[in-house]
Order: sequence, then structure tokens, then C-alpha cells
Amino acid sequence: MMDTIDFDTWTCPAPLRSYPSIVMGHGGGGRLSAELVEHLFAPAFRNATLDALGDAAVISLDGGRVAYTTDSFVVRPLFFPGGNIGTLAVNGTVNDLAMMGAQPRYLTAGFILEEGLPLATLGVIVEAMAAAAQSAGVQIVAGDTKVVDKGHGDGVYINTSGIGVVPEGVTPAPNRAQPGDVVIVSGDLGLHGVTILSVREGLEFGAPIESDCAPLNGLVAAMLAVTPDIHVLRDLTRGGLASALNEIARTSGVGIRYEERRLPVPTPVAAACDMLGMDPVYVANEGKLVAIVPPASADRVLEAMRWHPLGARAAIIGQVIDQHPGVVVARTAIGGSRVVDLQIGEQLPRIC
Amino acid sequence: MKYLDEFRNPELAERLFADIRAITTRPWAIMEVCGGQTHSIIRNGIDQLLPPEIELIHGPGCPVCVTPLEVIDKALAIAAQPGVIFCSFGDMLRVPGSGKDLFRVKSEGGDVRIVYSPLDAVKLAGANPDREVVFFGIGFETTAPANAMAVYQADRLGLRNFSMLVSHVLVPPAISALMESPTNRVQAFLAAGHVCSVMGYWEYEPLVARYHVPIVVTGFEPLDVLEGVRRAVAQLETGRAELENAYPRAVRREGNVPAQKMLADVFEVTDRAWRGIGVIPQSGWRLSERYRAYDAESRFDVGAIRTQESPLCHSGEVLQGLLKPTQCPAFGKECTPRTPLGATMVSSEGACAAYYQYGRFIPADLPLARP
Amino acid sequence: MCLGIPGQVKEIYDVSGIPMGTVDFAGITKEVCLAYVPDIQVGDYTIVHVGFAITQLDEESALESLRLFEEIGRLEEELNPEAAAPRDGQGGGGVVP
Repeated sequence: MMDTIDFDTWTCPAPLRSYPSIVMGHGGGGRLSAELVEHLFAPAFRNATLDALGDAAVISLDGGRVAYTTDSFVVRPLFFPGGNIGTLAVNGTVNDLAMMGAQPRYLTAGFILEEGLPLATLGVIVEAMAAAAQSAGVQIVAGDTKVVDKGHGDGVYINTSGIGVVPEGVTPAPNRAQPGDVVIVSGDLGLHGVTILSVREGLEFGAPIESDCAPLNGLVAAMLAVTPDIHVLRDLTRGGLASALNEIARTSGVGIRYEERRLPVPTPVAAACDMLGMDPVYVANEGKLVAIVPPASADRVLEAMRWHPLGARAAIIGQVIDQHPGVVVARTAIGGSRVVDLQIGEQLPRIC
Repeated sequence: MKYLDEFRNPELAERLFADIRAITTRPWAIMEVCGGQTHSIIRNGIDQLLPPEIELIHGPGCPVCVTPLEVIDKALAIAAQPGVIFCSFGDMLRVPGSGKDLFRVKSEGGDVRIVYSPLDAVKLAGANPDREVVFFGIGFETTAPANAMAVYQADRLGLRNFSMLVSHVLVPPAISALMESPTNRVQAFLAAGHVCSVMGYWEYEPLVARYHVPIVVTGFEPLDVLEGVRRAVAQLETGRAELENAYPRAVRREGNVPAQKMLADVFEVTDRAWRGIGVIPQSGWRLSERYRAYDAESRFDVGAIRTQESPLCHSGEVLQGLLKPTQCPAFGKECTPRTPLGATMVSSEGACAAYYQYGRFIPADLPLARP
Repeated sequence: MCLGIPGQVKEIYDVSGIPMGTVDFAGITKEVCLAYVPDIQVGDYTIVHVGFAITQLDEESALESLRLFEEIGRLEEELNPEAAAPRDGQGGGGVVP
């Protein structure tokens, strides 16, 4: 077994060398996370399905296409207004499948539990997972449990994997955005991230909101019923809307332009971001998606979304263009423009 | 949000832009001192919309950018010590020292925590009597009263395990130093609104008189920044040099007297090194004799810190407005936000980071202001 | 430096001998140190930086500033409509929320 990796012979060592060990930023959904995938995982596991870097892998099995994905949940605190790590674990994986147009069917759940975790706590989490699974119409069919020494596990870590069926003709993928396409977000931004911040030690503030954690497969089904040819679906998790748009712009080789004034940002989210010096476009969500839709069907897709309870505040925010490929530009409220880049790590509160 | 959203009104912004366009007849170089103002300018795309004659020079108004390298290295050394809980504002975590940043130290086992208020660090000290709690006390005059209260409170509560690594900087001496520099190009200043909320603006009157330079106390929202620019340009166009307050809802001439009293008790003036600029005499604050026991620099043996600024970094010239970030040979190559060489690339207000963000690309078809 | 935003004081109390308060920012509430605004009262607005109220916000002055901005440029529009003309409307299609 190798003790260390010789970065000089690795595929693309430079960006990894400056941080020889994992830092928190690697989990932030920004540039560091992207680099870890691009320069460590992808080269090691190299295959065409992985290289598509979608929310889930779509693979052909005898008889049809299946979406297959995994996600791990390490959130602190375990419980927050609107949910807990269990609801995230189910809905997160359901949503990754839904973003490939799949009807989610089965999940697995792996638990890494810290010695000393009260069983009552685990019970609440598991019950929440059962309720979330029922809500999403999926079954949890396999699992695993491991226990680690006290001090090594932050209470609970959960990994879920999921499998679903992709209907014929449904092929949303991160590389399918085309100039002229319309960019639609499904509703209010920033609720999950601000909720988590509001209960985090060192920040604590009162916030009349809760996490938007929800399964999006029903909403997606309603959208696909209007047209199966939705080009891209992406759920907005860590890194927020900005990260998702950047990934799409980069993968599809297109530019994306949106209007800040059209973003549905609820007042408490805007206020909390103003207080902490943060930007709502980088704040995490757990029940929102962005859709890139051909212009001919955009208005009908939007209408279908607004009819669905999870899409009531859906809005068209911008469009895909052929200028500045890979770059996302926002028109600011006062009419200027700014490049909306990927953050380096996670967004931090600032005083400056 | 009340008293915030109104100052972001696009229609009113358009009127201010129109007025500025109408009165500008010549090139002018105006410096906004405050990093928060720089952030607002970049964030809203304000300088793209101003007439091309107006150049906004982003000054050394970001405490993150100007905190001396030795102080960052001391912070890293203290944070790495076992038993220490090192508390800091979020801004400082990615600033590179000679070799690392606080994130690296955290990943190597240091207990580094982000706090919103310095009083949170005092709370931690109270809750963890067996740990040394150190707060990274950086900032301009705006933040100093908060940091002062933390020390004052720790002292009142007898929290011997609390200390502060102090690196405060003051605005008026910086303005003097800039105006004294033979290469200075700045013709007017937008003074930092919240610094003046605390300190008042009477300190700037002698600067206006000595250097015959307009100084306009300016806020942070788009309308505030535009109004500051508008008044500065109006003065420049008519050859006037006066002190004006364009942020009267938050600033009075005498400033915040209770805060100033606390500052006079807890801090004393000292010479300070500004990263990239050098030592500016009497331009900083350190803990006064009375509170010296809470000084982290004396409490921790941080040994012989050998600082090593990258020879490729031209932050200093950028901070003084002598070099545009795009003119720096390392810009975009060795130095990017991902691999910053100096603080001006790390901080979101740093001029280099700002240029990298929006300066890479300005859409050709987005309307720009026409004279 | 100096990220400070206006909020409304909802409650004033004492913590370990220091005047503190609850300040409301459009529904977000935060505990803020009020030691530096000794005359502030519930219902007043204040600018908060790193958990400290650094000044009371002068509401009359705020409204006066906004009135001033309304006046500015209106004169320009009257005297010189071309130079002061607002730019084209926003692009994008579909339903505006």
C-alpha cells in the first residue's frame, strides 16, 4: 500500500499541491470541490459515465435506462428548523435522481454512528427518513450500520444511494444547455443555508424561516409532462444557484446571463445575507432546482411549475447565450453587470 | 429592509448617474478608502456605469488586505498551538501568511473558529476556562469599539484565559501618507462612512485644508456611493476642496462619543506597518498599558517569525493606486483568487480580486454611460 | 471594512452589566450590544456592525436624502433629456414575478 501519493506523477497535481490535506473548503461546492473531483477522483475512476458529471449516472441495463446515484450527509447541527439529517439524506438522493428525469424507486441507507449517540436521537432521524421516503414515493431497501469511537463521528453521518427509472426520450444532462434556452428557478432561494447558519454556534440569530428540504420528483414529473425535452435540470444544493449555473455553463460550453431583479429571494434571506455580508446566490438550498428549457416550451413549463406546490414561486430569471462561454453574468439591480464566479471554498460571513 | 432597500432604488440611481454624466467634463481620479465601498462598487457594477472620465481608485481600505504579514504569521503560529481556541472574523481565514492560511492551520488540527462578534470570543473564554481563547482583533476604527468592549468585558469578568491579537489601523494617517507620496494620483477621497460614524469627521478637516483635496463622507449602498462620487466630482469641477457629509443619516461631525471614550481607554496610538505599503507612523492602535495583559502578542511566545512576502506581489502599489491589477505581471498567472500571492487577491474587496472577477469580461452589448 | 446595516431595536436588556438588545432586520433578529448608543429606545433604528450598534440612524435625515435624490436628475431630465436619458428596459422574456 502506498503511504503517500506522488503528486508530480498524478494527472494534474498543481491545484492539489497547495493544500496537501483536506480543508473545509473542499466540501463547499465551489472551486476546491470541483478540483478534487476533476484532479483526484475522476482520473482515478475514469469512465465515460462518470465523466458526464451529472447529478446521477444514467446507465443502460437490459430493458431500459436507470439513474443511479449516491450522496453523503454530514450536516451540523443534526436537527434544524424544517428537518434533520435524515430528511436531507432521503430528499437529497431522490432529487439527484429526479434531476436526470428519473422516477426514483429505491434507496439504500448507510449509517456511521458515533459511540454514545442516544438511541432516541437516532430514532427521530430514522422516523423522519421513513416519512420522507413515503412522501417521495420511494422505498429504502438496503442499508448498513457502522459505529466509530466517541470523538470521531460528529454524532451521525448518513450515506444514501438511489436508483430510478428514466422514461424514454427524457435526457436532461449538464451539457445540453443551448443558446436561446430559458433559465427557470423553481422558487425562493437561500432558505436552507440561512436556516442552518441561524442555528450555528457563533452566529445564532432569529429567523422566521425553515429549511426548504423537499423531494422534487413530483415537480419534475409535472414539468416533463409539458415536454420531455427539458435540456438541463439541476438541484441547487451547496454553493447555491451560482454554483449550479457555473457548472452548466462550463459543461455545456455556453454563457448564462440572468437578471438579479428576477431572483426570488425572500426578505429574511436577503436580510440575513445583508447582515453577514453574504450573497444569496451562493447560499445552499435543499428543495429547489434550476431548469434550462427550450424557449418554445418555457412559458408552459413555468405555468406547470407554478401549479405545483413546490413551484409556486417559480420564475424565469435569464437565458443561455453563445457569448462568454463558461461564464455566468448577472445584470445588477441598478443596471450594471458582474461576473458570478464559483466561490473558492464555502462562502464565509465577512465584516469588511 | 427599511433604510437599506430605498438606497438601492434603480430609478434614483439612474438620476444620480445622469447628473454625474452631465457635470463631468474632465478626467478625475477619486479614491474610495473603504473596502466595503469597493465591494459595493464591484458588486453593483457601478464603475462600469460611470462616465469613462471618472476613475475610481480602490484604496487600502480593507483591513484584511493591509494586515501586516508578520501579524498574519503570528496569528497562524498562535492558532496552531495546542489548547488554543483561535477566533476570527470570516474575512481573515483565507489570507495567506508566509506559507499558510488559517484554513490550513484548521485542517492540521488547530481549533480555529469563525465568530460574528468579538463578544462571542469572550463567551467562549468564559465557557472554556481550561483553554486559551485568542481573538484576532483586526479592523479600522469601525470595528475597534467592538474589539475594545471585548477586552474591557474580559477584564471585568476576570477572564485571564482571554487575549487579543491586535492589528488596528487608522484612516486619516493613511490619507496623509497617500497625499504625501510623490506618485500620488488621487484628487478626491470618499471617506469611509462607518469609520466616521464612530470617529466623526472633524479629523478630516485639517487634511482638506493641508492638501486642498475634497473629502466626502460616503455610505455604502449604491445611491450613497453615487452621491459621494457626485459631490466629489462637483467639487473637482468647480475647483473646490471641502469636507462634505454625504451620509448624514449615519454620521455626525463629532461621531460616537461613548465609543471614542472606550477607545481612548482600551487603545493607544502606535506606528503600524501596512502590508504592501510599509510603516505609516501613528497609524494604528495597540492595547493601552492598562490592558496590556490581554495582548496575545506578549502572552504567546511566537518565536522568531520569519516573514516571506512573495517577490512577485505588487499589492502595495495596487493599494496606493499606482498600479492597476491588470498591469501586475503576476496577475491572472501566478496570482489568482485560487492561488493568491497577496491579500488584495484574497479579499473580496481587494482590488486584484475585484478586477479578476469582473475585469475579465465586460459585456460589449451592456449599455455603458455616455458623456 | 465596515459592513453595517440598519435594524430596529425591539428589546433592551442587560447581560453581565452591559446593555444589550434584540435588533430586528426585516424579520431576522439578533442580539446586539447597545453600549455605544446609550440614548437609544425601542422602536429606534440603528446601524449594526459585528454585533454592535455603532450609531443611531437619523430617520428624518434618511428621508431627506431620498428626497434630494428625487430632485437630482429631475432637473437634468428637464434641461438635457438626451444626456440624462435612462437606458433601455430590462431584457429576458416570460413572466416577471
